[in-house]
Amino acid sequence: MATQSLMRRLPPVSVVIASLVLVVMLVLVIFAPMIAPMDPRDVASYSLMDMEIPPVFMEGGDSRFLLGTDNQGRDLVSVILFGLRISVVIGLGAVVFAAVLGVVLGLVAGFFGGVVDSIVMRIADIFVSFPTILVALLISGIARAQLSAETMLAWAPLVLIFSIAINEWVQYARTVRASTMVEIARDYVRAAKVIGLPSTRIMGRHILPNIMSSVMVIATINLAGAILTEATLSFLGAGMPPTYPSLGTLIRIGNQFLFSGLWWIAVMPATVLVILVLAVNVIGDYLRDHFNPKLMAR
Amino acid sequence: MTETTRPVLDIRNLRVEYPLANGDTLVAVKDIDLTIRPGEIHALVGESGAGKTTVGNALMGLLQAPGKIAAGSIVIAGKEINLRTGRTEGIVPGRDVGAIFQDPMTSLNPLFTVESQLCEGMLTHLKLSSREAKARALELMKAVGIPEPERRLGSYPHQLSGGQRQRVVIATALACNPQLIVADEPTTALDVSVQAQILKLIRDLADQRGVGVLLVTHNMGVVAEIADRVTIMQNGAVVESGPTREVLTAPKAPYARTLIAAVPPIDTRLDRLPVPSEETQVTLDARATVRRKSAKSETGSRDEVVLSVRDLAVEYGGRGLLRKTLVFKAVKGVSFDVRRGEIFGLVGESGCGKTTVANTIAGLVTQSAGSIDFEGTALGGRREKSIRQSLQMVFQDPYSALNPRLRINAAIAEPILFYKLASNADEARQDAKTLLEAVGLPADAGARFAHAFSGGQRQRIAIARALGPRPSLLICDEPTSALDVSVQAQLLNLLKDLRDLAGLSMLFISHDLAVIRQMCDRVAVMKAGEIVELADTETLFTAPKHEYTRELLRLAPSVERIMGRELASA
Repeated sequence: MATQSLMRRLPPVSVVIASLVLVVMLVLVIFAPMIAPMDPRDVASYSLMDMEIPPVFMEGGDSRFLLGTDNQGRDLVSVILFGLRISVVIGLGAVVFAAVLGVVLGLVAGFFGGVVDSIVMRIADIFVSFPTILVALLISGIARAQLSAETMLAWAPLVLIFSIAINEWVQYARTVRASTMVEIARDYVRAAKVIGLPSTRIMGRHILPNIMSSVMVIATINLAGAILTEATLSFLGAGMPPTYPSLGTLIRIGNQFLFSGLWWIAVMPATVLVILVLAVNVIGDYLRDHFNPKLMAR
Repeated sequence: MTETTRPVLDIRNLRVEYPLANGDTLVAVKDIDLTIRPGEIHALVGESGAGKTTVGNALMGLLQAPGKIAAGSIVIAGKEINLRTGRTEGIVPGRDVGAIFQDPMTSLNPLFTVESQLCEGMLTHLKLSSREAKARALELMKAVGIPEPERRLGSYPHQLSGGQRQRVVIATALACNPQLIVADEPTTALDVSVQAQILKLIRDLADQRGVGVLLVTHNMGVVAEIADRVTIMQNGAVVESGPTREVLTAPKAPYARTLIAAVPPIDTRLDRLPVPSEETQVTLDARATVRRKSAKSETGSRDEVVLSVRDLAVEYGGRGLLRKTLVFKAVKGVSFDVRRGEIFGLVGESGCGKTTVANTIAGLVTQSAGSIDFEGTALGGRREKSIRQSLQMVFQDPYSALNPRLRINAAIAEPILFYKLASNADEARQDAKTLLEAVGLPADAGARFAHAFSGGQRQRIAIARALGPRPSLLICDEPTSALDVSVQAQLLNLLKDLRDLAGLSMLFISHDLAVIRQMCDRVAVMKAGEIVELADTETLFTAPKHEYTRELLRLAPSVERIMGRELASA
């Protein structure tokens, strides 16, 4: 009987698989420099002689290059590992940036209400009425024009994080504001007010811990979105440069050779991207149902 | 009519079980017997979790899965319920058994008119034509005493008052001439004056139409008012059953005696309510420590005015920037004083503005006019730290009054640390422990979270938290109205002890006159945002001057008024 109740608390198989996939990917990302056969950023480590070699399982494959090479002779395994790394870092960065901004503004708007609320939420309305991709293209375009090529190289990830987060925070702000308004009507918040605690303390210590679960859910679902947005931007050429490719950049490069038979250059990184986003989405959906049982089918 | 003597409801050895996730079984109802004859009102009383509502649900086929009737029989109007399906062949809930639920605000569908909700059952069960159904609906509306019945038929539920809605619910229950009505806490959500009318209506229905009524309630006054027989339940089992007068005046079972003794009487003031005290030496020691530490609040003389409220007015709404919005005057010019060491009561029906007064004094709402003087300082929007410290509050709902993510120790220590009443976290934790002991909880309770405690225990924790900053005025907003009577009695005793302990003044808000009588030294009766009468408690209860006060006192259901003074002297 005890095992039965334990079983009931375990998440479904799909979530377990997704979590495993995600853990493996994170390990690969963290230890990429040690795992990858070569460093794609080091021009000396690869040679044009090895260009356009197909994956090992195809005729003409080379055992040194498991998934083949790209048009510059770079090992696709290594390129994808490093690309995955950049994609995940930018995705996480954008989510954290957006979450912090959105949670703070949402808390303040919900807690004080009135004019403060109106101002914050109207700003949010304005931000959300621009398409994410458009704003991101604009920002990276401005950055590209203002910064030298050298600086741009170093700043590209930050510019990407900023461009993605600047739209995404609205979702956090709206959710947090609504949850805050529910919580401030509850007696424990009223009690904290009567005790005389300052507003910052009530928001941080009393309200925030009680609304964090919904923030975590949005963050997980948004992570997938942020990774996809980054890939889109890089695919459009407004993201990471080919010298420091993310998955999106790799797909863009591969796209040029897609119809000349060199399909693996685009398909391999794309497959990794799909698996990553799918895993994150499955976990996000599970968390949402878990924290909000009302959504579950009865 | 041979049918008149046949019981409309006959329950034998009913057992209701809920299988639990860990494989155990929760027995919600343990082998109870219950018989209701036509025209009889049978009250089922008990504290929360006693299983009284489950009995009602079982006989209406409303048990929530996985709950099931495990054994026994239910016979409704001579027809037996099918244990497997939970339904009775030939008995249709809504046609043969009418239901009245607790909350009139949610038991009607807000999207349909009164007429369509009343006629729905008649059209499906009685196969009436819509013209006949409408005629009958009108007749029912008249029978339950709704003014302007023709017009009200076209109304939506939100256009009716709570009392009118409950009358519509009763009319719906009666629509198909049921032989049995299950009324689950039918008047708990209503004010006393409306409650009195609804109770009279139910009594009349039983007398005139011969309907049997199963009345599920926790209110002994309601039982005394209309029930013929009463069954007292505890933990799913019947403790005592018999004619109302017999059970209420001379209860035999020990639990029944405690339960009835815990009901605060409205016509006498007791020094303490006769419930088993949880006071131990630990509690007394802790209280001595609390008294020593809060010595500063005993400086003033007993008659000194601590809180002085003058012409207080509070308005809601009306802050529209571009257009004028409707202004609701919740409080219209209220004045009173609270003296040191006194418990001052504010009593009134829902919507009279008593909670708004409390919130304004506590600083949760800002007044639109008038003044609040607290220990010589005028209170406005912004308040000094020292003022906030000496003014604390206990809220109505113990389930939302504690932060679910904070351990009890942290919750109690927070204000102590904030006001620097302890030099470090360890000392504050020690103070929290003492406070927990002073309110009768074990000191190790502090390591747990709020969800580990019952409603009464949570309210004790809330009181301990409010005492932490060593206040001189404690505002109690309906502190016991969400609790069972025996828990209420213990808490009321506790609040009295604490008042004596620290020379604490209290503003005590309640809708329950009996509770007010037990607790307060002076009382103000509020109606529609104004104080209609303010007097010493004894004077107010023995010689009420205002018509409204007299009416409230007359209508409050009270065991001892109805049963005389032959109550088991406690």
